[in-house]
Amino acid sequence: MEIIMSVVAGILFAAGIYNLLQKQLLRIVIGTVILSNGAHLFILTMGKLKRGAPPVLEYGISDYADPLPQALILTSIVISFGLTSLLLVLSYRAAQENNTDNMEKLRGNHDE
Amino acid sequence: MLFAVLLPLILTLLIPFLSKFKDKIHTGIFVFFIPLGIFIFFVRFIGEGFSPKLESYPWIPSMGISLDFYLDGLSLLFVLLISGIGALVTLYSIFYLHKSEKLAHFYVYLLLFMTAMLGVVLSDNVYVLYTFWELTSISSFLLIGYWNHREGSRYGAMKSMLITVFGGLSMLGAFMLLHVTTGVTSVQQMIGSVDMILSSDYLPLILTLLLLGAFTKSAQFPFHIWLPDAMEAPTPVSAYLHSATMVKAGIFLVARFSPIFHGYEWFFIIVSGIGIITLCWASYMAVRQTDLKGILAFSTVSQLGMIMAMLGFGTEAAVFAAVFHILNHATFKGSLFMIAGIIDHESGSRDIRKLGGLMTLMPISATLALFASLSMAGVPLPFLNGFYSKELFFENSLHIGDTTLLIASIMKQAIPYLAVFGSIFTFVYSMYFLFGTFTGKQKLEQLPKKPHEAPIGMLIAPAILVFGVIFIGLFPNLFNETFLAHAAEAISGVETHEHIVYWHGLKTAFYMSLIVVAFGTILYLFREKWWNIYKSIPGNLSFNRVYNGTLKGLDVYTAKLTKGYMNGSLRRYTALIISTIFVVTGLVMAGTNGFTFKTDDLAPITLPEILVGIMVIAGAVGTILAKNNVAAIIILGVSGYGQALLFVFYRAPDLALTQLVIETITVALLLLCFHHLPQLSRRTERAGFRLTNAVIAVGFGTLMTLIGISAHSSKWFAAISDYFLETSHDLGGGDNVVNVILVDMRGLDTLFEITVLGIAAFSIYSLIKLRSKEGK
Repeated sequence: MEIIMSVVAGILFAAGIYNLLQKQLLRIVIGTVILSNGAHLFILTMGKLKRGAPPVLEYGISDYADPLPQALILTSIVISFGLTSLLLVLSYRAAQENNTDNMEKLRGNHDE
Repeated sequence: MLFAVLLPLILTLLIPFLSKFKDKIHTGIFVFFIPLGIFIFFVRFIGEGFSPKLESYPWIPSMGISLDFYLDGLSLLFVLLISGIGALVTLYSIFYLHKSEKLAHFYVYLLLFMTAMLGVVLSDNVYVLYTFWELTSISSFLLIGYWNHREGSRYGAMKSMLITVFGGLSMLGAFMLLHVTTGVTSVQQMIGSVDMILSSDYLPLILTLLLLGAFTKSAQFPFHIWLPDAMEAPTPVSAYLHSATMVKAGIFLVARFSPIFHGYEWFFIIVSGIGIITLCWASYMAVRQTDLKGILAFSTVSQLGMIMAMLGFGTEAAVFAAVFHILNHATFKGSLFMIAGIIDHESGSRDIRKLGGLMTLMPISATLALFASLSMAGVPLPFLNGFYSKELFFENSLHIGDTTLLIASIMKQAIPYLAVFGSIFTFVYSMYFLFGTFTGKQKLEQLPKKPHEAPIGMLIAPAILVFGVIFIGLFPNLFNETFLAHAAEAISGVETHEHIVYWHGLKTAFYMSLIVVAFGTILYLFREKWWNIYKSIPGNLSFNRVYNGTLKGLDVYTAKLTKGYMNGSLRRYTALIISTIFVVTGLVMAGTNGFTFKTDDLAPITLPEILVGIMVIAGAVGTILAKNNVAAIIILGVSGYGQALLFVFYRAPDLALTQLVIETITVALLLLCFHHLPQLSRRTERAGFRLTNAVIAVGFGTLMTLIGISAHSSKWFAAISDYFLETSHDLGGGDNVVNVILVDMRGLDTLFEITVLGIAAFSIYSLIKLRSKEGK
């Protein structure tokens, strides 16, 4: 199952990167969301899948799934959510101010 | 000695205060006593019983760098030149620079230079030597650019800075290699371990880098181009830095290190070869100049070439002659510069085409110039010091030591002829300088000012130097044993007992001098006849063009290069970054056999998970295929919810919960946001671009998949999670291990994650609320 999940994560990465290389601001935001989803799945897969019960201690059970990757992913989800929303508002404002969401037109100054 | 070196530096701190009184007392008067004091301090060392002295002060002991000051005959010669001519130049500058100039700047730079130069010649530690060396470059840069409102000054300052700093850095490289080779940082100790250096593999590199430093500083071919442009500096500066002291720093460096290299034949080939080329080229070019200081600049270059050539010969007599000429050149060239400055100051022009017939108007200057130019030309008169050193030069060019390499023996044959060739042109430009300015028709209407004799104070310094020319000319042997021989001994390593004679007898060297005078006179008298040929011979061949072209080319091509990849398109940069990650990571993984594949430790495959996995993939890929923005957002949601379902399968309830909530909010935000901007629709891409992107994306995804599989296939140690599972209840007081980790075991992560959310919230608020003033 880990191999299949690695493939799934890889496809998520590919889809995220492809979106990241698009012209439109919205697609780039979507790309970052997909990328972070891929990364979360990747972390989870690396910590081995389905070895034991959910990591909530219960009397009589000795095998649990690895809790550490889950904690890491939880942190990551929240952070990427913060990032996504900021990016979203940023691109919204950029599109509003410049009247375009075309990355090829958003190029900064000539002197840069 | 430390105090003597630092004295000018200390005074620089006082100059700004002293210059407050500049309306009453010229600031230069305060400065004058500094070099004079240093001169008197060092003059005491001249004497029969002179022996080298070493003083050491710790600076960076942990790196073996200490302020070692070593005074031997060579340093003493230079120290006396620096302080003596420094005093005269200061005296001259008091009358040359008006009180309305920025005197404080001038004297601060000059004193800074004095410290730097004293440091260069006295340092025994290579790194300290380098430090002072760069300080001379910087102070020279400041002095050349003194009149910084002039375009020419800025150009000249920049050029000298670029060239000398290039050389300085090369020299630092040579010093580091010497340090690595010998393990010591002191020059004298390096000379002590000659064998280690001569047998080192780095030897050619060391020699090249060291000589690059020396040649750039001493304006040797083809690095001489900065010196004529440095003539934009005030004349006292040209006289001091660009004839007597700084340009001799390179000579000093070669002399200082020649005990190491003088047995090495390539040292002779490079040093003498470049020296003789410089001599010929610069004396040839000097005749073309129309600016008095231009003539003197090229003249300086050619004389430096001559000294360099003699140092390269390496014989005892040649080294002595080189030392003698260092002294002589400083006297006559310093005075000539000052005279050129006087002419400029009193007539308003330095253009030799506008000058002429000044003899009657400026008789004292004309007399001084007469002696100095004849000395520079090497006219065989036994009361001019230039004659002796020129004759010694001819003499020694005929007696170069044994050579084994073919190129060295060819050079040995050619050098006497080249020496005569260069000297003929030296004679011509000296005469041109002298007669072009002081004899012939007066052209007063072309001059901005009516020329008259300079004030007496301005004439003191050149008069003293010309007195030196004649005095050394009349009594050439006066300082030999006590002074010059010690300097020559420091260079060649053997005790020197040279005697300069007034009359060599009818030897080859004397005939060579006669040839020079005869041909020189003919060439000067009939200069109009061959002027046109002369002008077309070097034609467009100019190293300034090479220099300017290189700088411009660098500008243009770096700009093109930068524009080429920094085109402002963020997508381009992303593509580059991702491709780089792909290539580098892929190569490293492949190169180190990082890809492994094992199937022995896998979870069982079940159908529901595969279906959900397909759902996740379909959602992700669907966002690409969707033409409509809203559709893309909703498809993204499908992928996110699929992810939450996977978390359920993989025993992560907290993750599933969070993912569900957050995916919902994200989708809502996306929809909300683009509801307000309906005019924005999907852009179509060019097919080629799509393909490139697809290749990059698929490549990266594949790489990540392979890395994931390899990482899973090679687990090297057990996870730490057992500890969390065991202690969660007892230490953390909770049964939900994930939550205990988040708030108890690794609570700091959570704290900063909260901070991240807070910052994001504030940023969003300010992005929305704070608008530009136009009220958009």
